[in-house]
Amino acid sequence: MENKIAVIGPGCTNCGVCVDSCPFDAIEKTATSMSNVDISLYHGVWVFAEQRRGELMGVSIELLGEGKKLANEIGTEVCAVLCGDNVDNLVDELFEYGADKVYYANSPDLSTYTSDGYTKALYLAILKYKPEIVLMGATHIGRDLGPSIAVKCGTGLTADCTALDIDPTDKKLMQTRPAFGGNLMATIVCPEHRPQMSTVRPGVMEKAVRVPGRRGELVELDVKFKSGEIRQSVLAVVQAAGELVSLTDAEIIVSGGRGVGGPEGFEILKQLADKLGGTIAASRACVDSGWIDHSYQVGQTGTTVKPKLYIACGISGAIQHLAGMQNSGYIVAINKNENAPIFEVADYGIVGDLFKVIPEIIEALDKQ
Amino acid sequence: MIFSEKYELIRKFARDFAENEIPSEVQDTIDQTGEYPQEILDKMKKNGLFGIKAPKELGGQGGDTLAYVIVIEEISRVSMVSSIYVSGANSLGSGPLMLAGTQEQLEKYLAPVARGEKYPSFGLTEPGAGSDAGAVATTAVRDGDYYILNGRKTFITAAPISDFCIVFAKTDLTKGTRGISTFIVDMKLPGISFGSHEKKMGIIGCPTSDIVLEDVRVHKSDLLGEEGRGFTNAMKTLDYGRLGVAAQSVGLAQACLEEAIKYAKERKQFGRRIADFQAISFMLADMATEVEAARELLYNAAVLKDRDDKNASMKVSMAKYYASEMCNRVAYKALQIHGGYGYIKDYRIERLYRDARINSIFEGTSQVQQMVISGALLK
Amino acid sequence: MKIIVCAKQVPDTNEVRIDPVKGTLIREGVPSILNPDDANAVEAALAIKDQIPGSTVSVVSMGPAQASYMLKECIAMGADDAYLLSSRAFGGADTCATSTTIAAGINKIGGYDLIFAGRQAIDGDTAQVGPQVAQRLGLPFVTYVQKIRELKEKSIIVERSLEDGYEVIEVPLPCVLTVIKELNEPRYMNISRIIDVCENNYITTWDENDVDLSPEECGLNASPTQVFRSFTPTPKGKGEMLDGTVTEMANLLVNKLREKHVL
Repeated sequence: MENKIAVIGPGCTNCGVCVDSCPFDAIEKTATSMSNVDISLYHGVWVFAEQRRGELMGVSIELLGEGKKLANEIGTEVCAVLCGDNVDNLVDELFEYGADKVYYANSPDLSTYTSDGYTKALYLAILKYKPEIVLMGATHIGRDLGPSIAVKCGTGLTADCTALDIDPTDKKLMQTRPAFGGNLMATIVCPEHRPQMSTVRPGVMEKAVRVPGRRGELVELDVKFKSGEIRQSVLAVVQAAGELVSLTDAEIIVSGGRGVGGPEGFEILKQLADKLGGTIAASRACVDSGWIDHSYQVGQTGTTVKPKLYIACGISGAIQHLAGMQNSGYIVAINKNENAPIFEVADYGIVGDLFKVIPEIIEALDKQ
Repeated sequence: MIFSEKYELIRKFARDFAENEIPSEVQDTIDQTGEYPQEILDKMKKNGLFGIKAPKELGGQGGDTLAYVIVIEEISRVSMVSSIYVSGANSLGSGPLMLAGTQEQLEKYLAPVARGEKYPSFGLTEPGAGSDAGAVATTAVRDGDYYILNGRKTFITAAPISDFCIVFAKTDLTKGTRGISTFIVDMKLPGISFGSHEKKMGIIGCPTSDIVLEDVRVHKSDLLGEEGRGFTNAMKTLDYGRLGVAAQSVGLAQACLEEAIKYAKERKQFGRRIADFQAISFMLADMATEVEAARELLYNAAVLKDRDDKNASMKVSMAKYYASEMCNRVAYKALQIHGGYGYIKDYRIERLYRDARINSIFEGTSQVQQMVISGALLK
Repeated sequence: MKIIVCAKQVPDTNEVRIDPVKGTLIREGVPSILNPDDANAVEAALAIKDQIPGSTVSVVSMGPAQASYMLKECIAMGADDAYLLSSRAFGGADTCATSTTIAAGINKIGGYDLIFAGRQAIDGDTAQVGPQVAQRLGLPFVTYVQKIRELKEKSIIVERSLEDGYEVIEVPLPCVLTVIKELNEPRYMNISRIIDVCENNYITTWDENDVDLSPEECGLNASPTQVFRSFTPTPKGKGEMLDGTVTEMANLLVNKLREKHVL
């Protein structure tokens, strides 16, 4: 504020909160035209079909489901873009998951992901076929590839979306994502540049239903690389030793917070999870304290989960954590502190010591 | 006091260090076992905490007294016993060297302390010389190039782990306090032995014991300052020690206040948070106000000390007196707010309460501070 | 080796609260901090500086004047100097416009061998600016760096974290690496460096003219994405608190979950 007039400072992130918070409705946001892109030339919803070692990532199937919905609302088609080295079998799988077209870049140079290789393949395809929307999973690969392509295409990119909608008036993509550690949700638009690009958090969207035998159109992309053009050389790919933690696929999750007290505290959680056929998970506090590996972390900076049942044990319910689990089917909270915010989102709450409560639950499960 | 960015950043550093390196599980282990983890001391060393005030040329950080008290306050807020390791090296151990040391002595003794390679202790108190520090009975008799020391020092913080001790001894029995001289005594010299570790009520984890000197031959190059000037040096050094204790008191009281607020917001009785009862909330208001008042006294005294203000010693005693008594009042109330839970060891306030008690005793009891203050007023 | 680190001052999102009455974000009193991943980036650069004598580390940031406080922290950790890109024209920038500005700043500094950035900032969590800066500078990049295996004369070998493991990647220098917290433990500030940085000026402030950008190339004007609206997420309604002894509550819970066919 200067002389009672609100001034937009250099720290402005264009978040728009000031528009709502001004008591006099004196602030408004106007979009100025700055682009000379003819957006009418762009058609179709594309999904980047991320594959690792010849297997489609779950998030790509989720995006085909979501992409189909968006395409229907706009009245266009949903297409998959696949990069790899002889992964022809995935083309059929993508058709079965609902892709109307599959753009397929087949090259030995694309066998494993590289930023340069995949950027070039997708950039050239976008340049040639002009999709209006490009969706990719917010995986370590999608979040590497997305920004790189967006700059090449001179367009915007919205990261880590949790909801996508089509504006009924002008068919533009409304991309909703959490910010400020999940404290704020922002709906982002990209009005004058194409394609409209989003990365989408895994586990948020519904998976597409597979229709065996469904077919579509295959479009082969011709990508060639000069020697040294792909500057990242992948010397080795190492898979995590031990069990692969797949929180996004888990139907039942027993999750521990600071209240478990230490690494050994997860033993009892594991017993309950095994009993229920579920998996264990943890809050950021436990991961930060080194009690459990990062791959178990649920929340804003961890994994977003949507299990049928989420049992939060000794988790206070910081907003970052809630951001990653509040869409679970049923939430049970066990916490010593009756004022813990976790109870605000819980379907069932038990105030008590988890080390006393969990054995009782295991016993109750046993006897019935 | 409104701080410049410099002191804000120093505070941030000290707070980050204390919170990250001395988590509550470690604090509990130290209190239960009495063992202080060497890793933390190594990290203190690596981060220059033993040479906050020592000049950069000697491997120190070149900080001023205000920087020093802020660091002590922040470490004490997390773990008072940890702050004692830091204050010991910075005030009592290195203070006399910085006041009276020759260039050779500074390089031989202060530099390794600042770099964390050697740890000092401070030997003034004796069984018969507590508040009456002038009643030192340890003797030093000249024998050629050596002094021969005999006597017993008591309640010496960190004595068993120290590499050298600043020992006060009488070189002239006829002259009272003017007959006291200061020696840098290597703790590996023949004739040095330690008493058993005292079993203390609080600040568990920093060994305190007697030092016994039996015909210990100290070379004359280790006489610190002139003969007969020891008592004056001791008194000047005590100012830094007292600022350290005032800072520890403020930090510890802050911790008590934070624990009390947290508990008052969590605990429900009669269907309400106990914080919603005025009896509790006003207690918190009083506690916070007292902590803040002590903090201002402390910072002011630290700045005056660096300016060599003529009232500095009195102001330092005021800060030490008020802060240490305040710390005990705040710890008492914080425990009271915890009710029965505060009396069991599961709650942090139990340890804070025990740790608080020493503050109005060591580095001059409250009564000694009253003597200094009233002495200055009635001069 | 000349190393540049991109850093951002962010509100500590752990301290952000929602006004319970108005349902809006309370920003007052929220401390601004050095973005956590960026602290790892600074540490990565300083570790190389420790290893290779004569190396320098410069930190670059875009933000308001207050961000100089965060830059002082970086210098107190051991960086040599810092550049703050600050101007009203930069306001309202999305990641696309931000990367243009930062890239222009880095170009102006010039002569670099290696650029580090944190994977993402905790206020936006986009993870976009690092790779976008690289793309604009025409440099190869690797994101999610969890380990530096070997720094060679003309290339660097790093481990890139994946959800289910990691890749070992070699990239030629100069390049951009975005790092995650698994990479290292950031060192603390040093007291004597704090005193030094507060008594001497190690920070250069540049506006759009200094880095040869027109106002059309920065801030809101150069941002393809716009915030259509922001809102605070509505918490799910509070459920049922179970009563009774521990055994009773446990039985009740199991029964209820069975009734709802969750179990």
